[in-house]
Amino acid sequence: MISTLEIKNLSAGIEGKKILKGVSLSINSGEVHALMGKNGSGKSTLAQTLMGNSIYSVIEGSAKINGKDILKLDPTERAQAGLFLSFQHPSEIQGVKVYSYLRMIYNKSHERPLSPKLFRDFMEEKMKLLEMDQSFSERFLNEGFSGGEKKRMEMLQMLILEPKIVILDEVDSGLDIDAVKIVSNAVNYLVKNKNSSVLVITHYARILKYLKPDFVHVMLNGEIVKTGGEEVASHLEEYGYTDSELKVSSPSNE
Amino acid sequence: MNKKNIKDIRDTYDTKYGFNMPEKSFLKAEKGLTEKIIEQISKSKNEPDWMIKFRLKAFEVFNSKKMPDWGADLSKIDFQDIYYYVKPTDTEKRTWEEVPEEIKNTFDRLGVPQAEREFLAGVKAQYDSEVAYSSLKNELEEEGVIFLSTDEALKKYPDLFREYFGKVVPAGDNKFSALNSAVWSGGSFVYIPKGVTVKRPLQAYFRINAQNMGQFERTLIIADEGSFAHYVEGCTAPVYSSNSLHAAVVEVIVKPGARFRYTTIQNWSDNVYNLVTKRARVEKDAIMEWVDGNLGSKVTMKYPSCYLVGENARGEVLSVAYASKGQHQDAGAKMIHAAPNTSSNIISKSVSLKGGRTSYRGLVDITPLAPKSKSRVECDALILDSDSATDTFPLMKINESGANVEHEATVSKVGEEKLFYLMSRGLSESEAMGLIVSGFIEPIVRELPMEYAVELNRLIELEMEGSVG
Repeated sequence: MISTLEIKNLSAGIEGKKILKGVSLSINSGEVHALMGKNGSGKSTLAQTLMGNSIYSVIEGSAKINGKDILKLDPTERAQAGLFLSFQHPSEIQGVKVYSYLRMIYNKSHERPLSPKLFRDFMEEKMKLLEMDQSFSERFLNEGFSGGEKKRMEMLQMLILEPKIVILDEVDSGLDIDAVKIVSNAVNYLVKNKNSSVLVITHYARILKYLKPDFVHVMLNGEIVKTGGEEVASHLEEYGYTDSELKVSSPSNE
Repeated sequence: MNKKNIKDIRDTYDTKYGFNMPEKSFLKAEKGLTEKIIEQISKSKNEPDWMIKFRLKAFEVFNSKKMPDWGADLSKIDFQDIYYYVKPTDTEKRTWEEVPEEIKNTFDRLGVPQAEREFLAGVKAQYDSEVAYSSLKNELEEEGVIFLSTDEALKKYPDLFREYFGKVVPAGDNKFSALNSAVWSGGSFVYIPKGVTVKRPLQAYFRINAQNMGQFERTLIIADEGSFAHYVEGCTAPVYSSNSLHAAVVEVIVKPGARFRYTTIQNWSDNVYNLVTKRARVEKDAIMEWVDGNLGSKVTMKYPSCYLVGENARGEVLSVAYASKGQHQDAGAKMIHAAPNTSSNIISKSVSLKGGRTSYRGLVDITPLAPKSKSRVECDALILDSDSATDTFPLMKINESGANVEHEATVSKVGEEKLFYLMSRGLSESEAMGLIVSGFIEPIVRELPMEYAVELNRLIELEMEGSVG
C-alpha cells in the first residue's frame, strides 16, 4: 500500500493570528518523520490544522493524501482518507464504553465488520501489545484516565483504525521510559505491518531512540528551519533550541 | 378489520393470556365530559355502585379545581374537544394510511415488526404478542401474584381493590388526578404476596391493549411485606394517538421490607399532553424506585413521588427527559420524608435540542417527623443547540436540623472539542453527537431492561441524524 502525505506551503492561524508560515513537508509510506520544536513553535497547530479542527483556519497552501487535497474535508472525511491524530489532550467521553466505541470505529473504518467475538480477539491482541489490562475495555472512554492511560488509549485507537497516516502530538509527554517504549512499539508495529507514514511531534529526543525516524525537522516560529537525519535530534538534545546553528542553517531565516 | 376478526383476537387473548377487552360497549364515542358520560362509562363496565359514586365525586372535584398556574403551558387544552371513553372497536377505525409519515418512518428505522406497528399506531386495538407472557403468567400464578387489567381486578378482587384504590392518590390531589378518577379505564393491577420475589420484570407491554396505553389508565400496585418485583410499561417506539390528552394515575403501596421498581418509557406522538400523577407510599424498611423516561409528547408534566412514611424507608427517582422541536418536558420528583432515618435519591438527566425545552421541578420535604434523614439530588441538563433551553426549580423544605441534604446541578453544552475528537476517529457529526448524548444518559439507561436500553440508544442515533449539519 502506497500512501503519501504532502504538505505544501501551508499557512494557518487562529483568530486572525498567523501561526504556520508556509510549511512544506512530504512523508512517504513506511517513513517516520519527527517534528521537533519548542512550545509555541506551531507544531500542534500543524497537527490540528491537518486533522481539521475548525478553530484553526487555513490561509494558504495545500495538504494532500495520495494526491487528494484534504483541507476542504471535514474531520470525519479526513479520518476516512486514512489520517489519524493522536491528541495531546484527548477528550473524556462520559458513559461511552471503550469496547463498544472501539467496535464502532473499527466497523466504520473497515470494509468488513467483525463479529463481536472476532473483534474482541482483535482488540485484546492490540491491548496486549500496549500492555493494557483487559478491564480497560469496560471503562468509559478516557473518563478518569491518568495522562499515561489516555496516551495508551490513543495508541489503542490507532491500532484499531490501522490508519495510513499517523500524527502523534506529544504522545510521549508525561510518560515514563517504559511507557515510551510501549508506545514506540505500537507505532513501529503499525509501520512494519501496515506500511503507515508517521509524523512524530515532540519536544524531546527520548522517544526517537525507539522510533528511529528517517527524517527530523525542526520548527521555529511556524516554519521548518532545519531538516536532517537523527543527528539533528542529537544536536538539539545537546545544545537546545536556542543554538545559533539552527538559525544559520535555516534557508528562510530572515 | 371486521367484527369476526376482532372477536377472534378477543377470544384467543382470553384463553391465552387470561384477560380481554370489555365485551359490551354500547357507547357511541362522544366528545366532551358530562355526568351522563361518566355514568355510561361506569355502566358499560358493570361497575359497583361505589365506583360510580367515586367517579361522580371526582368529576365535581375536577370541575371545582383550577388549572395549575405553574409548570408547562396547558392553556391550549380544550376539555370539551376530547373523547373520554372510546370503545375498542372505535380505535380500530383509523387506518394505516392515516398514520403520519414521520411515525411510519421511525418504525421503519427502528425495525419495529408490522404487527407491533399497527398496534403502536392505534390501527389495531391489541398487540397480539406470542412473547413469554403465558409462561410468565403461569409462574406468577403459582406464586399467587395478581397481574390483571385494573377493570378486571375490580371485578375479581373487589375487596382488595377497594381497600387500596384512590388511597395514595386521592381524587382531589390535583385537577388531572380528579379527571382520571372520573373517567379512568384500563391500566394494570398488580399484587405481590408477602415474601414473593418476582425475578423477571412484569411487562405491561406484553399484555397490552389499546386501553393500557389509553388516555386515562389507572394503575394500582401493592407490594406486600418483604416482596420484590419490577414493573415495566411503555415502549421506546413512538405511540401515535389522535387523542391529545393523556392523564394517568399510578398508585403504589410498598409494604414493610418490600422493594418495588416501576419503570416507564413513554414516547407519545408530539400532539399529546402527558400529565401523569405517580405516587408511592413507602413503609418501614421498604424501597421504592421510579425509573422514568420521557421522550415524546407535546407537554409532559410528571413528578413521580415517594411518601416515606416508615422508618428506614428509601425512595429513588431516576429520570431522563428528552425534548425536541415543540416539546416541553417538565419533569422531576417529589420526596416526602415523614419518618425517622429515611433516605431519598433523585437523579435527573435531560437533553434538549431543536428548540425543545426541559425543566427539572423537584421537591424534597424533610418534615419534623424525619430525624436523621438524608437526601441527594443530582440534575444534569445537556443542551445541544442554541435554540433549546433548560431550567431547574428545585425546592427543598428542611424542617429537621439533623438532615443531610445534597443538591448538585449541572448544565452543559456539547463541546466542539469532544465532537472534533470523535469525528477525527471517523465518526460523522451526528454519530459523535449521538454517542455523547447516549453517554450522558447512560447512568439511567443502564437501569433499563436490556431491550429498552438498546432501543433507546437506537432512537437517539436516529434523532441525531436530523439535528446536525
